[in-house]
Amino acid sequence: MNADKNFVVGVFDNEEVLLDGIGKVRTNGLKIHDVFSPFPVHGIDDALGLKKSRLPKAAFLFGLTGTSLALTMQIWMLGYDWPMIIGGKNYASLPPFIPVTFELTVLLSALGMVATFMIISDLKPYRWPRQFDVRSTDDKHVMAIDLALNGGKSKEEISRILKDAGASEVNEKNFE
Amino acid sequence: MQVTSSVRDPLVTGGKTVKDVSHDISRHVENKPPKSWWLALAISLVLFVYGFYCVCTVLWNGIGVWGLNKTVGWAWDITNFVWWVGIGHAGTLISAILLLFRQKWRMSINRAAEAMTIFAVICAATFPLIHMGRLWLGFYWALPLPNAFGSLWANFNSPLLWDVFAISTYFTVSLVFWYIGLIPDFATIRDRAVVQGNKIRAEVYNALSFGWQGGAKTWMRYEAVALILAGLSTPLVLSVHTIVSMDFATSVIPGWHTTIFPPYFVAGAIFSGFAMVLTLLLITRAVFKLDDYITIYHIELMNIIIIVTGSIVGVAYITELFISWYSGVEYEGYAFYNRVQGPYAWAYWSMMTCNVISPQLFWIKKIRTSIVATFVLSIVVNIGMWFERFVIIVTSLHRDYIPSSWTMFHPTMYDIGEYVFTFGLFFTAFLLFAKFFPVINMAEVKSIVRSDSEKVSHGAHVDEEVHA
Repeated sequence: MNADKNFVVGVFDNEEVLLDGIGKVRTNGLKIHDVFSPFPVHGIDDALGLKKSRLPKAAFLFGLTGTSLALTMQIWMLGYDWPMIIGGKNYASLPPFIPVTFELTVLLSALGMVATFMIISDLKPYRWPRQFDVRSTDDKHVMAIDLALNGGKSKEEISRILKDAGASEVNEKNFE
Repeated sequence: MQVTSSVRDPLVTGGKTVKDVSHDISRHVENKPPKSWWLALAISLVLFVYGFYCVCTVLWNGIGVWGLNKTVGWAWDITNFVWWVGIGHAGTLISAILLLFRQKWRMSINRAAEAMTIFAVICAATFPLIHMGRLWLGFYWALPLPNAFGSLWANFNSPLLWDVFAISTYFTVSLVFWYIGLIPDFATIRDRAVVQGNKIRAEVYNALSFGWQGGAKTWMRYEAVALILAGLSTPLVLSVHTIVSMDFATSVIPGWHTTIFPPYFVAGAIFSGFAMVLTLLLITRAVFKLDDYITIYHIELMNIIIIVTGSIVGVAYITELFISWYSGVEYEGYAFYNRVQGPYAWAYWSMMTCNVISPQLFWIKKIRTSIVATFVLSIVVNIGMWFERFVIIVTSLHRDYIPSSWTMFHPTMYDIGEYVFTFGLFFTAFLLFAKFFPVINMAEVKSIVRSDSEKVSHGAHVDEEVHA
């Protein structure tokens, strides 16, 4: 049996049942591939045992890059490459450089973070996702269990665990 | 999950379920638009085409066709620029600042307000671009690129250059923030199209949704991204109108040389922006029948923000008058005496009436919860805020230091035409948005709809049963 091909899919009607169900499924020793929801469910990261995202750190580093780039650019251009006296100020006077520095910090931080998010989440305009259940962007929460990763258990056993955990229906989904 | 409180009304009325939310919002994208939409689009396109003719004339002949003269060198172009940028601020306030303050009522209005921000900033940007004359050289002049003079770089000491960076960053970050919010909703429309068997729509909206699936980890990252974008946008939006106000405040023109400008401009921007959000949303709400999502409660809260920001603007006007007298500088004193008493007194008093007096009517609950009154007053506020910028710009310039240079400003059809152009552009873009994009953030609204409201009471008043 190949990994990432054959799944048992549990459909949950609302987020309270889902959060409760995730706990039950995990205590029964099943590995959850992913849970697809129409909206962010609070507490699902703890229930699934997901690690906190490191995107805030990435955003900070991109911001820092913006700050240093902006300051270097302005000080080098007006202070060294072509010094000119403007309004009786020093060649490289810091206060008038703050607005552009701030804007570039924000710009690089935002763009860098969003680009990172797109790449690590595999979001691409030409990619069709595997649809476990089309209702997962409408009103259902869909839990996918990869059979290959739960080799010890049969489909019937997994279905029973999902039903017990509160799934309103359980389907099989195979991808080519 | 929506926690129904005994002191607060539910934000979405009509006992909507999560499925109803997808249906109510997506159907405007899926169905043919109503006749009123076509009519509005036709009017907007007429304005756009007429305005485009005027813009082309300006580009062909130069800005000499505007009504500017040697004393009044800045008039409608910069007035309209500041007006449009200001309008944009409400969208960011709703989506970013209210997110940081955990104000859930923003959820059903943020999408349309952010769209308004983006289109308003595009409209604003057309004015400085066209003012440059040869706008195809604009990037070359405004950005720090090596140029024909050797390497004479752009002047980073100039507020006008700060503006270039502020407006372009603001536009980019707002666009990204808005688009990130749209991604899960495009996926909803895609999956509905799959069910409905509409292949073309499914392909188009899948591309727009970047293949969104909504896995738990992706949602967690998505929320981190939204929070940080909100945290970045909040100081950004404050910086944008601060920098716009510095275009004036860093000069030495009496009437412009004022340290109060940054906070006063930011408050004015949010004030006019909320008025424009109300104008647009009241129409959208009526045309698309979104009464259960954009409720009277939303309208009332927005009107309260209008009272707050309108009062800040009023205090700023009075402070300006006081300081011009208290400073003892006769040029400053004259600039304000001339505003109140001079040939442009009609503009000054229009501004005072529209911006200071009219929003105070919202203290009366009946008025701030009335749709008709809100609609009328939202337009009054926008007229007032246009006059504010006109008064600040033109009255400060038209009385120069030498009385022989004193003039008046008379707009030509090209000044007016360019303003008309931006209206055509703005409404055409907004109408296309309203047709092809989900006008309400479905994913966010779903998170506040009671997931079990169907069980609690279908179509009845949710809170009554919960209280009982």
